[in-house]
Amino acid sequence: MSQSLLLLSYLIGSITFILGLRMLSKPESARRGNLIAAAGMTVSILATIFLYINPDSHEHLHNHLWIFGGLVIGTILGTYAARKVKMTAMPEMVSLFNGMGGACAMLISVVEFHGDSAAHMIKMLVIVLGAMIGTVSFVGSMIAWGKLNGRIKDRTIPGAQVINFILFAGIAALAVLVIGGYVSVPAYYFYALLLLAAIYGGLFVMPIGGADMPVVISLLNSFTGVAAAFGGFLYNNPVMLTGGILVGSAGTILTMLMCKAMNRSLKNVLIGSFGGQKAAAAGAPKEKISYKEIPLNDAAVLMAYAQKVMIVPGYGLAVAQAQHTCHQLELLLAEKGVEVYYGIHPVAGRMPGHMNVLLAEANVPYEKLLEMEDANDIMSSINVVLILGANDVVNPAAKDNPASPIYGMPILEVERAEHVIVNKRSMNRGYADIENDLFSRPKTSMLFGDAKSVLQDLIAELKLL
Amino acid sequence: MENLTSLFTDESTYRLITIVMLSIFLGIELISNVPSVLHTPLMSGANAIHGVVIIGAIIVMGKAAPTDYLALALGFMAVILGTLNVVGGFVVTDRMLEMFSKKKKSA
Repeated sequence: MSQSLLLLSYLIGSITFILGLRMLSKPESARRGNLIAAAGMTVSILATIFLYINPDSHEHLHNHLWIFGGLVIGTILGTYAARKVKMTAMPEMVSLFNGMGGACAMLISVVEFHGDSAAHMIKMLVIVLGAMIGTVSFVGSMIAWGKLNGRIKDRTIPGAQVINFILFAGIAALAVLVIGGYVSVPAYYFYALLLLAAIYGGLFVMPIGGADMPVVISLLNSFTGVAAAFGGFLYNNPVMLTGGILVGSAGTILTMLMCKAMNRSLKNVLIGSFGGQKAAAAGAPKEKISYKEIPLNDAAVLMAYAQKVMIVPGYGLAVAQAQHTCHQLELLLAEKGVEVYYGIHPVAGRMPGHMNVLLAEANVPYEKLLEMEDANDIMSSINVVLILGANDVVNPAAKDNPASPIYGMPILEVERAEHVIVNKRSMNRGYADIENDLFSRPKTSMLFGDAKSVLQDLIAELKLL
Repeated sequence: MENLTSLFTDESTYRLITIVMLSIFLGIELISNVPSVLHTPLMSGANAIHGVVIIGAIIVMGKAAPTDYLALALGFMAVILGTLNVVGGFVVTDRMLEMFSKKKKSA
């Protein structure tokens, strides 16, 4: 009886995961989808605690005090962290939680390894693979987290491919030794394997640039899914299996979609961003870009007397936390009878959809945010485009320079508007580290400074008009 | 070798493999048409779902003998980490999505 109840709960869990993912992929149902999956998870967890019967001893689970202790601690910490985190820091939060899942899978495998170090081959295979993938995912996510919050800098390791190959060979050899039971003290080899997997996870993420982190986190996310699925194999547990595999495959597809939105291949991302092209670009003679600056009051006048203004936010807006100030500027312009739109490039900022989340936080109405295609459709009717810390997503080289590494990436075609005002902190290149000749075009004028303070100054000027 | 062929004769293993195959295709189908606005929340939601690994942690913890301190300690850690993944993941996703829905209502 209790067994069928348990299986029924697992079935409910699996169905809610499927429904949840389905609903999460549509804006109108996304929030409910998330809650449904959460409910299914709760059912599965409670059913496991009270109904699971250990197939070896035919006993129910004990140590309830410990289990609930862990659940309570995790819930308090998790809720606190998730509620406190700033909107701009969401990406690293996701990465951190992903790492926790990877570590959890790793620990399970470690315990199982010690519980049954003479297990038969298939069980050992499942334990070793789960431990390995969990470790890679854990360490990789931690590095990604460190990179996103700026604690770890991008670093290309010389000969990384050779090192990775050696590591990989070492991991494979150790795995064969442990799984095949060819060694007398498998524990040493098992821990050596975990160590190598940890190093591999670190090296895997280390050379990848900060702006590609979303793709990497998505990939590590699907790794953790696979690690969870190995747990499902280990315990013959259908809900772990479906949950893990669903995330594994959906996560892989999501990773591909993100790459596609950036017009980058996954391989390119993983090899360490624009590595190849960077060398080529360095060889070419660097020309000084000529550009003109625009005084603040001129910029304010230009916008105040425009009919239509489009704001193009980018990474710079997120870094400066300027979303609220930006919304104030928008309201002020609207008061003066200007139509204000936001042109949102799908990969502006640190994560796809990042700008939507930020601007939504500042209460910018949903329908003001134009997706790239819609923004481009009305671009020629726009009088002033104000670019706030976006660079590569407006770089015309993506359209007309086949030699450019970002050639072919869809961009916001701001040069079709009447005037373009670019706010940047300096003339430094954007993430892709390539020149942007938008800045030297006759229609373009530069407005240097931190996005937030520039916006505040613009607001002050506008109020004087 | 006998171990490997048993993969297909052992019915429960066979069932698990069937689940895996179907889930792979289902996962691909579910996600294939997502607007880019939802990439981040979707990733975060999927992140919470793989927290289902917590069930493994609970089983490890629950079947540990009271004197098996290694299993108890590691299992306890695993339960905490898994819970962080699940709870944190769902709460963060909800926070991201809350903003979208609020906007739509006021519009």
